[in-house]
Amino acid sequence: MNRRPVWLITVVAFGYALLYVPIVSVVIYSFNDSRLVTLWGGFSLRWYASLLSNRELMESALLSLRIAVVSATFATAFGAIVALALQRLSRLRGRVLLSGMIAAPLVMPEIITGLSLLFLFISMADLVGWPASRGATTITIAHITFSMAFVVVVVRARLVAMDESLEEAAMDLGGRPVPVFFDITVPMLMPALISGWLLAFTLSLDDLVISSFVSGPGATTLPMYIFAKVRLGVTPDINAITTIIIVLVAVAVATAALVSSRRGQTG
Amino acid sequence: MVQIRDLSKQFGAVTAVDRVSLDIHKGELFAILGSSGCGKTTLLRMLAGFERPTTGQILIDGVDMTDVPPYERPVNLMFQSYALFPHMTVEQNVAYGLKKEGAAPARIRERVSEMLALVKLEALAARKPDKLSGGEKQRVALARALVKRPKLLLLDEPLAALDRKLREHTQFELANLQYQLGTTFVVVTHDQDEAMTLASRIAVMAEGRIAQVGTPGEVYEYPASRYVASFVGNINLIEGEVTAAVDGRLSLRSDALGADLAVATDERLAPGSPVSVAVRPEKITISRQAPDGNDRNVLKGTVWDLAYFGDQSLYRVRLQGGAVLQVSAQNLRRSAKLTVEWDDEVFLSWDVASTVLLQS
Amino acid sequence: MSTKPAVETRPAERWLRRAAAVPYLWLLIFFLAPFLIILKISVAEPVIAQPPFTALLAWGERGFEGIRATFENYAFLFQDGYYGIIYLSSLKMAAIGTVLCLLLGYPMAYYIARQPPRRRNILLLAVILPFWISFLLRVYAWIGLLNNRGVINEVLIWLGVIDQPIQLLYNDFAVYLGIVYSYLPFMILPLYANLERHDRNLLDAAADLGARRNRAFLDVTLPLSMPGIIGGCLLVFIPAVGEFTIPALLGGADTLMIGRVLWDEFFVSRDWPVASAVSVVLLLLLIAPILWFQRIQAREQVLAR
Repeated sequence: MNRRPVWLITVVAFGYALLYVPIVSVVIYSFNDSRLVTLWGGFSLRWYASLLSNRELMESALLSLRIAVVSATFATAFGAIVALALQRLSRLRGRVLLSGMIAAPLVMPEIITGLSLLFLFISMADLVGWPASRGATTITIAHITFSMAFVVVVVRARLVAMDESLEEAAMDLGGRPVPVFFDITVPMLMPALISGWLLAFTLSLDDLVISSFVSGPGATTLPMYIFAKVRLGVTPDINAITTIIIVLVAVAVATAALVSSRRGQTG
Repeated sequence: MVQIRDLSKQFGAVTAVDRVSLDIHKGELFAILGSSGCGKTTLLRMLAGFERPTTGQILIDGVDMTDVPPYERPVNLMFQSYALFPHMTVEQNVAYGLKKEGAAPARIRERVSEMLALVKLEALAARKPDKLSGGEKQRVALARALVKRPKLLLLDEPLAALDRKLREHTQFELANLQYQLGTTFVVVTHDQDEAMTLASRIAVMAEGRIAQVGTPGEVYEYPASRYVASFVGNINLIEGEVTAAVDGRLSLRSDALGADLAVATDERLAPGSPVSVAVRPEKITISRQAPDGNDRNVLKGTVWDLAYFGDQSLYRVRLQGGAVLQVSAQNLRRSAKLTVEWDDEVFLSWDVASTVLLQS
Repeated sequence: MSTKPAVETRPAERWLRRAAAVPYLWLLIFFLAPFLIILKISVAEPVIAQPPFTALLAWGERGFEGIRATFENYAFLFQDGYYGIIYLSSLKMAAIGTVLCLLLGYPMAYYIARQPPRRRNILLLAVILPFWISFLLRVYAWIGLLNNRGVINEVLIWLGVIDQPIQLLYNDFAVYLGIVYSYLPFMILPLYANLERHDRNLLDAAADLGARRNRAFLDVTLPLSMPGIIGGCLLVFIPAVGEFTIPALLGGADTLMIGRVLWDEFFVSRDWPVASAVSVVLLLLLIAPILWFQRIQAREQVLAR
């Protein structure tokens, strides 16, 4: 099994090309002085400059960031608790229902989630007066709800691989259950908690459909803003934003890879 | 010091530990020996506090510990997988138990360095577990479990993960350590060599019950049952019928051997009743000439198979009745030629006192 | 023996149970209840009011008057076959997209799984990296590449392969491309997780018994990777059926996908009861695959132990 067939390598190369060609092209054209994609007008940073003066865009970006941070934090906390409960509690009332509710969001079409949540918020407003108006809060709630499911997957994968005798050893040495949780379990789970948080953060930052449904006047998230603009076609300043995000993500991922390889976590 | 009274553990329909009673004395190195699935690990976990007994009691120094959680027991466990905390250094690992006790930092540092010196790991104090070898990890686990000076130290298959050379070395180190500290050790193992060399007393366990408790010598030479006899070391099992029981001697006839045998015992069994006896291979003398000496069982047979090990040889001799006896003999004479060969007619003999009467 | 710590650490367990009640309740309110509400609205009548549908329980002057429910909306859906066609089209497009994704993703996952650990991690990272970049923006990126004056057309013309730009955008082709492109990581990861677990010796054993390489693959690797294949396909297919962004940005006027229709039904025509009915039917169509997916998830959890 040593020589890889040529066709396999070709397919793999094609796959990677497919993944990266659009990204690379956007980056290149973000520096294009000309508006048109096909015409290269020379190297220019004007689109980046225009971003800064674009108030709408800046505000929506900030809103998205705020929502992403809050929802990621809650989603991680909730998701970690659910993962621990499903994994560690031998008897759990309503386990089947919980497993179902935590697996479904992974595949549920966003349209359905968005629509159903909107109706919920409206009915609630009708019944109890809250939420009075929809916006950042309702978006955050929606994001927490579906991100939780992804965090559970990540944390559970780590829990399954974790050596449980570590916690037993800690208890044997005199650690009571709660201190052991913070001394041993949390540090061991930390990589999963961090990647879970990042995952929830990305999902929130990136969400278009659900935000569109549950948002209200005055609350425009970055994806909503971008979508409105790109429906009409290519707009160069969007290229600039894309490039910035790409750079940020690449840096973040590279840092994470470096940190984890240096740490060399075991157990 | 440790009294286990009628301890049982059931997991649903499965009885893992079945009414076990044991007494473990202070300062001894006690081994629980058994094959996998015999319940020894469950018993260990109950001693440590990780399993709640279904019935029965565990008393340590007279205090009932049955319901006491593991973090409140004066018992520490050295895990088979070592269970070292990967995000802590060696020093922090060893210090953990003392920190949980609330001891003063200076005191902790003192005790930890003392312990590390004892297991010869001072140089590695700042390392993390993933940078340690198997033997080093074990010493850390040991140090961590002993630093709290527990009344009882439990060891789960301590030598299982080590290679042969290291195993022999560690065996001596463990025994030494135990002797130096005077802590009561309980070792759980499936390896009889481990149990025999380390322990001052052994409990052989099978199917959740204790088959026999005794010193290594007692368990080896005076097995109480067929199970123990065949589990520890090699043995020849012989079935027969009692022919006479007179004056501290039991005579029996074995059709499989085609001969009469004598056992030295005070048991008076009725003639005609079935009886099981056994004799260890090394107790049997094999020779081409008829042996002299009284008070011996003598049989004739043919060498069916032999295995030459250099220092000793193992023979399988077929007797008149058809049964095959195992005989092991040290090669005392220096000779490249075999003194006894295949198909040779030989005499087997052993002391009547070497025959073991099996109770069950 | 037992694989879970059987310590009856009562304080710890109680604490965890109480803590778990919070997300549990949260999910009941914000995940489950909404479905019930959609069900309710799907049997209501549209009204010019806020909210624009009738209440389920009617209260008249003499108290509770009964349940006002109508299946009008469902009838409407199945009336002229228009919606039927859209559902079928969505299922078809999702299915084709899934298969294409599998055809590309399987070789990639297979190749990666056979690399030495270090290379493997880098290759996997390269697959996952695009996922962290905004989904919306990546779909958008294709617009620039696919349109008539976009890079691909220009390159093809320059190479002399074609004379005129070909319609690559705003049609079904673009949507398929978008689905494959966006969901590729979701296909590769479960496949990889499965393939990575395969015992290399199995293939050697097959070879030893006389199987040629292709035969060994078909007889050994393929069957063993089936759970990964099914998992990956479901992970792509189910969300793809209801996908909105891809058809909205890359699809044409005649690209019929239910996600887009649902959006229009809601935002444009403001007919909430019909939108709800559309959702309910979509959900019913997907229930079987979703349950299947959950079973696979549960089984993979057990295997991973």
